[in-house]
Amino acid sequence: MTQISMAAEETGSNPFIPADYDIIWSIIPFAIILAVFWFFVVPTFRRILDDRAAVIEGGIAKAESAQAEAAEALAAYNLQLAEGRAEAARIRETARTEGAQILAELKEQASVESARILANAQVLIEAERQAALVSLRAEVGSLAIDLASGVIGASMSDDAQASAIVDRFLAELESSENSNDQAKA
Amino acid sequence: MGEFLGLPALFFEGTPFEINRIILVRLIAVAVMLLLFWLGLRKARRVPTRGQSIAEMAMEFVKVQIADQILGEKFGRRYLPILASLFFGIIAMNLTGLIPFFNMAGTAIIGVPLTLGLFAYVVFIHAGIKELGARKFFKNSLLPSGVPVPIYLILTPVEFLNIFIVRPLSLALRLLLNMMVGHLLLVLCFAATHFFFFTADGWLSLFGVGTLLAGFIFTLVELLVAALQAYVFTLLTAVYIQQAVAEEH
Repeated sequence: MTQISMAAEETGSNPFIPADYDIIWSIIPFAIILAVFWFFVVPTFRRILDDRAAVIEGGIAKAESAQAEAAEALAAYNLQLAEGRAEAARIRETARTEGAQILAELKEQASVESARILANAQVLIEAERQAALVSLRAEVGSLAIDLASGVIGASMSDDAQASAIVDRFLAELESSENSNDQAKA
Repeated sequence: MGEFLGLPALFFEGTPFEINRIILVRLIAVAVMLLLFWLGLRKARRVPTRGQSIAEMAMEFVKVQIADQILGEKFGRRYLPILASLFFGIIAMNLTGLIPFFNMAGTAIIGVPLTLGLFAYVVFIHAGIKELGARKFFKNSLLPSGVPVPIYLILTPVEFLNIFIVRPLSLALRLLLNMMVGHLLLVLCFAATHFFFFTADGWLSLFGVGTLLAGFIFTLVELLVAALQAYVFTLLTAVYIQQAVAEEH
């Protein structure tokens, strides 16, 4: 301190006692700084920060809406998918039912057809048998008469007699056949 | 030492607008600081340029670390221009102490520290009166609640001294002395180096290496001090404002 007071005596000032110009040149620069910061730097800084915040918030909102849209689209897609699946299942089910129906119808038709064919065949066979029976009967009659004529040496030209004999013979044959059938049955 | 005491005037000698070397350094420092901010923010855009990023980062530091942290959202917003002005004004004028050819902190003579200390004083008292009204502000300051009545005999004078006298002076003197002593240390180191290298004979000049190294280290320390003192001054101003506007201590 002695140095300072000595120096102060020499120059007439002291570092702790401000000179008027020192104070003036402190106030003016600081006033300018304050003005610049108050009216330019801080407002600009705030404007930029707010602007950036707004942009970021806008971006976030946009992203959120995009996300919501995507979720909506996904839900719609899933719904459609489910509908499609249900539709496919329904179609498959219908097809299966129809197939089974068609199959049943075809089987029915086939069995009817086969029954018809079988019946036809039986009718035909019966007719054939009847025809064979008739022709056989006629032939057997004449054969038997020829044979008998040969055996007994007499002409059995008396038709009435001959046919009576034949008829009796055939009746016996038939009855024996019948009794044989019954015995078999 | 003489540097702090009446340097020869450069302009306007004898008038209250006299400008000497330190005043000139101060004005240049302020002009450069403001120019940098203007360059950084003049075309402020959403996507910042490099300069704008730096200016924003600097402002962000004061906003987040000082204004919002101490004062909160509402008062931080109100006092940000003042706090930013204090911080950047002080740091600009502090840093000139380290710049070659300036070699002198603009804050190393009493004018700036005293002016800013008184400014901070006015700001926090104004803040308290504006927010709480004069009666409540002085009652909160001098007669804090929750204290037995007899204690006020001691507490009130102490609080009065602390808040209304010591605070502005401590702000001013802390800044002044830090920058002044920093300057003295650097001058001492480099003057000693000069002496040992060019004036001292023989082995004595080896001391110059030590003093040069010390000067280098103190330069780095001063860089820290320059930023730290600006921060401390602004932070304490914010704390004083916060205490002034608080409903209760």
